[in-house]
Amino acid sequence: MITYGSKKQLEELKKEAEKIRLSKGNIIGDTIVSDIFNNAEKLAHKVVRQGSYSVNWTTKTDNILTSKILGYPIMLLLLSTVFWITITGANMPSEIIATVLFGFQDVLTRWFIMIDAPNWLHGVLVLGLYRALAWVVSVMLPPMAIFFPLFTLLEDLGYLPRVAFNLDHLFRKANACGKQSLTMCMGFGCNAAGVVSCRIIDSPREKLIAILTNNFVPCNGRFPTLIAIGTIFGAGAVSQGYQSLAIAGIITILILLGVGTTFLVSWVLSRTILRGETSSMVLELPPYRRPKIGSVIYRSIIDRTIFVLRRAILVAAPAGAITWMLGNIFIVDLSLIGHVAHFLHPIAHSIGLDGFILMAFILGLPANEIILPILIMSYISSGHMLEFDNLVDLRNLLVDNGWTWLTAVNTMLFSLLHWPCATSLLTILKETGSKKWTIMAFIIPTTIAFTLCFIVTQIAHFLFI
Amino acid sequence: MQILNHSQMLQEYFGIVKKPDQLIIALAGNLNVGKSTLFNSLTGLRQHTGNWPGKTVDNAQGSFSYRDKNFLMIDLPGTYSILAHTAEEEVARDFICFGHPDVTVIVLDATSLERNLNLALQVMEITSRLVICVNLIDEAKKKKISIDFITLEKELGVPVVATAARQGIGLNSLKESIYQVAIGSRELNPTQIKYSMEVENAVLKLLPQIEKFRFDKLFNPRWVALRLLDGDEKFIRNITLHLNSQSRWAVTREAEIAL
Repeated sequence: MITYGSKKQLEELKKEAEKIRLSKGNIIGDTIVSDIFNNAEKLAHKVVRQGSYSVNWTTKTDNILTSKILGYPIMLLLLSTVFWITITGANMPSEIIATVLFGFQDVLTRWFIMIDAPNWLHGVLVLGLYRALAWVVSVMLPPMAIFFPLFTLLEDLGYLPRVAFNLDHLFRKANACGKQSLTMCMGFGCNAAGVVSCRIIDSPREKLIAILTNNFVPCNGRFPTLIAIGTIFGAGAVSQGYQSLAIAGIITILILLGVGTTFLVSWVLSRTILRGETSSMVLELPPYRRPKIGSVIYRSIIDRTIFVLRRAILVAAPAGAITWMLGNIFIVDLSLIGHVAHFLHPIAHSIGLDGFILMAFILGLPANEIILPILIMSYISSGHMLEFDNLVDLRNLLVDNGWTWLTAVNTMLFSLLHWPCATSLLTILKETGSKKWTIMAFIIPTTIAFTLCFIVTQIAHFLFI
Repeated sequence: MQILNHSQMLQEYFGIVKKPDQLIIALAGNLNVGKSTLFNSLTGLRQHTGNWPGKTVDNAQGSFSYRDKNFLMIDLPGTYSILAHTAEEEVARDFICFGHPDVTVIVLDATSLERNLNLALQVMEITSRLVICVNLIDEAKKKKISIDFITLEKELGVPVVATAARQGIGLNSLKESIYQVAIGSRELNPTQIKYSMEVENAVLKLLPQIEKFRFDKLFNPRWVALRLLDGDEKFIRNITLHLNSQSRWAVTREAEIAL
């Protein structure tokens, strides 16, 4: 009769193995893997002969795009080129759309006067709802319509997996999974989608790290805000000729900051509350493909531009109407918005924002797309009733409300680093199944955003004032 | 206690239903090495697909006959290793280890043999009933890579077959090798990975304890020692789960052999 021992004996064996394993400093696992590789290498050297052979262009291209020296510079160059094209290209159409849409606003106003509509109805529908829509479309549509096709083109060419490859070893250094570079790239599209994509990471520890840090790359909803604010404020900073270059540089630095924060937070997490060993993975680089123009256009215009714009419009239209109402309902001598902004102002001021901006971020929890429209609407509704025809006026509006370059920088930083949108939070709750981690996903970025903006503001005040 | 035979065990743990006269072949290999092409050209339309029990990993089975034997081929998920970091690796390893296939075929990519040999060497620690299939030799030829198959076979100690599945090259010698390994007419002496001193010493320390269990008919004790030393929780959990049924199955197998 064959017996294989009881469960108890097996437990003892396990304990003994554990003892030997730990006595060697817990490196046996790594040694086993590297020994396997060495054996395979030796064997392959014995039997494989490589004749003279010109490597194909895929390998050649890969050697350049993923090389240690050129990999990062090329990545940065491509990224900033994309931003540069977006910013340069978006200016004109933005102006034209703004002119047309705000021209139509006057027509609408005339119609309302013609039918003798009450003042409040004109206020809610035209000055609130319609104007919010006009802002969303003119500020956000042109950059999206240029940025998304370019981004999709890079994706379709097969460049994104190379980005993941380049970033892989940095994630390992942070004790996280290399696959996190892929989920991070997904996050550039939509953080909720990025969080779902963390399913590809098998280790629960590394998956949590990836989920908790996904928010640090700007999604579709935040890119237009960053680009718009960058454009509006970068414009005045340098002489005419280099403006769009400077703005592209600013946005690129911002993205790098987001990626850097991702690494830093991953590193801290894996050394504090999510301690553990790094698991290995193999990243297969797919061949480069000729992009299918049809699918690039479809995916960037329908899937991304229209989707984001639709979401923005759906939320921005009612938000515009509500914001107008809040801005025109007065309690004592201050509008409701004024009261809220006034209440938030001290804390907002300490991080270089103002009460309205912080309120816009709070009201923007359902969707990041509507933060800028809400902000604009609340400035307009709160008394500064000016005529708006184009983007220069938008800059004037912000400046009239006390914006400086420091406000712009802090708004962009806060937008990049602040809490995830409601959709992302719900997705995190669903994916982790834990309220605790969902709360962490809210607290970590919020703390970082407040801290960094506070430091930047205080340093700026110290240096310049 | 119910005593299981091989087919009952396969059904209970892997959801695989085999006919009594069928021999089981496991097909393993890296991703993108033409494993599916090979699987399709060997089994043709006699396939059916499903999922591994409790896993969201695809499982394809197909049958074919060669000479006087019928074979059921199980297409394992493509993996780069079987150290069980992913669900796919766990499925592949558990089947090779606990499913006791009559033959395991490992498909290697001739154009990147070094990387592919990692998997082959790992599987060779588990089972000796192996055929190594070096596929994509047409691609390798295009890239001016030449492989010394005679030395490779000698070094590995198991049959090595060169194929180009897309062109149908080498499929007959592959079937012949599978057949010979299945009926036990080939001498098999798979080479074992040579580890660093500290690993070998640790294995030696642990071996006497493992040999007490006397399951060397089921598992290579050296390999069990390595997994234990690797602190591989999934393996330790699965071996506990399987040992009970394996012992039941081993009893019948011993009886079958005795008859």
